[in-house]
Amino acid sequence: MKRTIKVTVNGASREDEVEPRLLLVHYLRETLGLTGTHVGCDTSQCGACTVHLDGRAVKSCSLFAVQVDGRAITTIEGLATDGMHALQQGFWDEHGLQCGFCTPGFIMAAAQLLADNPRPTDAEIVKGLEGNLCRCTGYENIMRAVRSAAAATAAQAAPAAAPATVGG
Amino acid sequence: MAVTSMIGARIQRREDPRLVTGHGTYIDDITRPHMVHMAVVRSPYAHAAIRSIDVSRARSAPGVVAALTAADFRTVLSGAVPVTNSFVADKKQVPDQFFIAEGEVAYQGEPVAVVVAGDRYAAADAAQLVHVDYEPLPAVMDLEKAMAPGAALVKRDRPDNIGWDTVFAGGDIDAAFAEAEVTVKERITQQRLFPVPMEGRGCIAEFDEYDNHLTIWTSTQVPHFIRLFVGGGMGLAESQVRVISHDVGGGFGSKLRPYPEEYLACGASKLLSRPVKWIEERSENLVATTHGRGQIFDVEVAAKRDGTLLGLRFTQILDIGAYHGVFSAFQAVACLIAGGCYGWKAVNGRSIGVFTNRTSTDPYRGAGRPEGTHLCERAVDLMARELGMDPVEIRRKNFVHDFPHPNNFGLVYDSGDYDKTLNRALEIADYQGLRRRQQEMRAQGRYLGIGLCTYVEICGLGPSGPTAAAAGVALVESSTVRVHPTGSVTVNVGTHAHGQGHDTTFAQIVADGLGVPYESVDIRHGDTADTPFGYGTYGSRSLAVGGISILKSCQKVVEKARRLAAHVFEAAEEDIVHERGSYHVKGSPDNAKTIGELAFAAHGAGLPEGMEHGLEAVTYFDPPNFVWPFGAHICVVEVDQHTGAVEVQRYIAVDDCGNVINPMIVDGQIHGGIAQGLSQALFEEVRYDDESGQLLTGTFLDYLVPTIAEMPHFETDRTVTPSPTNELGVKGIGEAGTIAASAAVINAVVDALSPFGVRHVEMPARPDRILELIHNGGGDGHNPGAGREVTA
Repeated sequence: MKRTIKVTVNGASREDEVEPRLLLVHYLRETLGLTGTHVGCDTSQCGACTVHLDGRAVKSCSLFAVQVDGRAITTIEGLATDGMHALQQGFWDEHGLQCGFCTPGFIMAAAQLLADNPRPTDAEIVKGLEGNLCRCTGYENIMRAVRSAAAATAAQAAPAAAPATVGG
Repeated sequence: MAVTSMIGARIQRREDPRLVTGHGTYIDDITRPHMVHMAVVRSPYAHAAIRSIDVSRARSAPGVVAALTAADFRTVLSGAVPVTNSFVADKKQVPDQFFIAEGEVAYQGEPVAVVVAGDRYAAADAAQLVHVDYEPLPAVMDLEKAMAPGAALVKRDRPDNIGWDTVFAGGDIDAAFAEAEVTVKERITQQRLFPVPMEGRGCIAEFDEYDNHLTIWTSTQVPHFIRLFVGGGMGLAESQVRVISHDVGGGFGSKLRPYPEEYLACGASKLLSRPVKWIEERSENLVATTHGRGQIFDVEVAAKRDGTLLGLRFTQILDIGAYHGVFSAFQAVACLIAGGCYGWKAVNGRSIGVFTNRTSTDPYRGAGRPEGTHLCERAVDLMARELGMDPVEIRRKNFVHDFPHPNNFGLVYDSGDYDKTLNRALEIADYQGLRRRQQEMRAQGRYLGIGLCTYVEICGLGPSGPTAAAAGVALVESSTVRVHPTGSVTVNVGTHAHGQGHDTTFAQIVADGLGVPYESVDIRHGDTADTPFGYGTYGSRSLAVGGISILKSCQKVVEKARRLAAHVFEAAEEDIVHERGSYHVKGSPDNAKTIGELAFAAHGAGLPEGMEHGLEAVTYFDPPNFVWPFGAHICVVEVDQHTGAVEVQRYIAVDDCGNVINPMIVDGQIHGGIAQGLSQALFEEVRYDDESGQLLTGTFLDYLVPTIAEMPHFETDRTVTPSPTNELGVKGIGEAGTIAASAAVINAVVDALSPFGVRHVEMPARPDRILELIHNGGGDGHNPGAGREVTA
């Protein structure tokens, strides 16, 4: 017995008939073809499926599609509004990924972390990302990637500095 | 970009823009028209007879297309899962594993039936409706009991549970022990591990009955193996089979073989005339994808009182699981490299492969080298302690210094400078300062431990001579380099990547090798239809074998371009000067042509008599030797005597993998490698119930894959000792971190606990295990092989 849901996904309105038991991650991947969100475990440990629900990071393997009726979803494909998001650039610059399978989930989790706390300490980064698993990087460069994105965002947000005096 | 030296440059990976934006193509991202989904019904028992299988309810469930068992698959599949002769050619028995159980199951998770349906939910539902009538049989779980005469059998039709029993004798071990002034012995266990790539396995099989062609999309490290073996199981020649592997979400050794499910998907596609997709769930990945390690070593070391190492004698008892892994016996390579960086009079290892009612073991990151290194580095520390020597001093005293160095088994270490990496690591760590701090902290009742691991590893598999002798195969690697008429370059390689960044590093090699812009080079891999036969990515081989193949193809292209230049300039070939992709006649550097311009000429009219059109080359590279990376890792831990918790305070890694193509990627490989070795030392352990054979760690709720919260910062540095084995002077780095880390961590934990009389700690060094050791004064009561003998 299908139900109709209305969802905003990456800024676009959608209306779909879904089975009540359809997981959000399968709705995104299979109904909408947004395959950047991945499934890495059956038990909500790995965070590869992390997306934003009304701006908050959630594990889309742990929600049914019907639970997001009337709400807004952002996936990795919709994170950047212009070119690359600072975190996507940070992961690229700092080699924060190898196989890349966990990466969309990390970036979505980190995006919420930075939205809440633009200048996190290392301990706060750890706390923000401990719901995600990566098997390739040992997390060293993921830490660097998030630091780098935070610094880049802060630099961009900072009011224009007074022109530097040259020569003195 | 101007043509510059790309080799050695820290450039960002060209793979990443698609991966960080969610535009990669992993196996589950692919769909085919008319595709159906396969779910696998697996044995819940470790060992049972199958009385009957009733698929009638599943077959009539909504959305179901078919429910199939062994009898169905026998009509389209033949043969068995392949087993190589790797390292142990004279196996005692190689039982055939058909791709789905027939009459008896021998491990939990073994496929017994499949259900195919229109969507994955319907397939999963209907799989629950397959009724299998099992008669449980005794599960053989204990390695030593399984070896005993008259033991219960893993499968009823086998003579015993012994897969192989082989001695690797490197020198006169009795003579070495006869000289001994001190001997030490210990039992050292390598627990079973899950490889855990974040993407599980999966495939789509599409059999075209009209062309008699099969296409397989699969998440694998070895597309050409899959074509060869799975195609063979379907009765098809390689020319009738195409294997495509796009982005692969990690492998770590667990995706370097054809698996039953790949055969079953192909068989189902042929039976149903539809594309069949199978995507592994994590719980399947843990129970049915091969495991790593699972070994017991009984080790004995002989030395003189001055610390001169004499002999290393050990037995490796390896848990094969129910069937040989495709490369199961590869892990016996532990015996051949257990001597490590040290000169020994003799090294002698007996390897016994034992069947149990568990999932098969097969290579997992390092595959035999972490095990050999762990035993060697623990043994050397045990001896140092017995002799009252500093672990640094016993290592320095026994390091090999002259290269090339044939080890006790005739394997030739190509180059090394073990003092250099050790000294650098000690300097970064401030070793003497750490020792002082350790004393100060002990006075306060706090327990700091400093652990070393100095390793050498064998990689770059492998030269046909020694590899064929040891492993029964020649693991060469292939490439084609083709310059198109307007100068861009396509490179097709036989190897394949699953996170290593080959698209980037191989393009760096080609940019320098041809002298063309990096951006003009496209690297193609993972599709058997457009790549020459290759052996895939494992054993840290893709650069040292595959990369050199590419370089050699580039050299052939450069030479042909020289002949073309002579023709174009109407000059003698010996008067043509080539510099970074540009050719001119000696004395006329202003009139130069690029390799791209010559490629245009190579596709045009008026070529000289006898010259073929085109500008391309093929190379199958067979290296003259393995390559031998080495390094020194130091781990600093504090152990809480009240809770048994281990805190890794520092981890220092100084590695030497020869020349480096892209330092950013090398550092990343080291980080990830250390993480897996450290995690083996402290966290991970596959556990089964000893009686029933039930997997007790079947989800991530029960198996600790470390998060960012468990991992320390890694302090990395490197020295560069080029390999003389190949023209780039490169070695390998994919496994080095894993090979070194478990010993460094455990040596640190033991060092921390030494005031309590602890001389060895098994992995994982869990708090409960440590507390028990502290309370029992070092004897854990679970280590019957432990003990020491002072013979003089």
